[in-house]
Amino acid sequence: MSSRLLASALACLLLLPWSARGFDQHEFPTVEQESLFRELAAELRCLVCQNQNIADSNAELAQDLRREISQMIRSGDNKDQIIEFMVARYGEFVLYKPRLSASTIALWAGPLAFFALGLWGLVRIVRSGTQKPAAIDDEALERARKLLDDSSSQSNQNG
Amino acid sequence: MRFAIPLVVFVLVAGFLYRGLALDPREVPSPLIGKPAPAFSLPTLANPDEQFSPDQMKGKVWLLNIWGTWCASCRIEHPLLVELARREQVDIVGLNYKDDTAQAKVWLRDLGDPYVITAVDESGRIGIDWGFYGAPETFVVDADGVVRHKHVGPVTPQALQETILPLVAKLQGRQS
Repeated sequence: MSSRLLASALACLLLLPWSARGFDQHEFPTVEQESLFRELAAELRCLVCQNQNIADSNAELAQDLRREISQMIRSGDNKDQIIEFMVARYGEFVLYKPRLSASTIALWAGPLAFFALGLWGLVRIVRSGTQKPAAIDDEALERARKLLDDSSSQSNQNG
Repeated sequence: MRFAIPLVVFVLVAGFLYRGLALDPREVPSPLIGKPAPAFSLPTLANPDEQFSPDQMKGKVWLLNIWGTWCASCRIEHPLLVELARREQVDIVGLNYKDDTAQAKVWLRDLGDPYVITAVDESGRIGIDWGFYGAPETFVVDADGVVRHKHVGPVTPQALQETILPLVAKLQGRQS
């Protein structure tokens, strides 16, 4: 029984390279080029399945774009050149990390603006909660003192 | 007064949602609009020895329709293209994208051929230059070879009547 289990486990292991085959391989002469490829494939959006980057998507277009990018890297193009190539064809939308420009300023400044707004609101709420009570007038203070004196003398007598 | 802040927040969120949910995320504005049509030279479907290049269309307003037999929505828009070609208002050039050439020929024979010429982009490399991502796509190119409009997805009668044809007429210098 256990040998049969082992055999099927081994059979599954044999299938592993098959499943890894799904992602096309790109070989680069240098480590820098390979990491640039990974970086770009992670930062660029696949337009067919818009919530995936080019690295994750198995769409045919993503495969083609991975091939295109790897060719550009091997022919010595740098990151900016490749990003320019992609933006010229697919627009700013292709960038998961949008560049700072007039049309994307709300995207970059928005979170900061909301954070500032929240901070302002928080400060206001905290301040209003810790405000010092209104000054007590002398008359009320005198009355309170008298009450305390009375009760303490009473308790002394009792004790 | 107590309700002023929640009311402002509600109106803001409702405003953003009203606008945002009405947008189609598949409609990505093309950076090609207003730019010269990407150049290429590709063999034609009818004759692999013959080349087609967008330069050949200079002086004419034309449509570039990117399609493939593997694309289901291309079949939906095809009768509309055939009808448009029959009216001879504008030349349509086909770009057969990553397709089986024999199947493409059968498609045009069986369903009708609306294209003045069909270029074959076997590797899909030219599709990348045109920013092609959602089959089918249709571009309007003016007489100077400048891209004026891009339609993503099957051309609908509405898109044709309200956007594409009026634009073509304007570019051709006719009043629609």
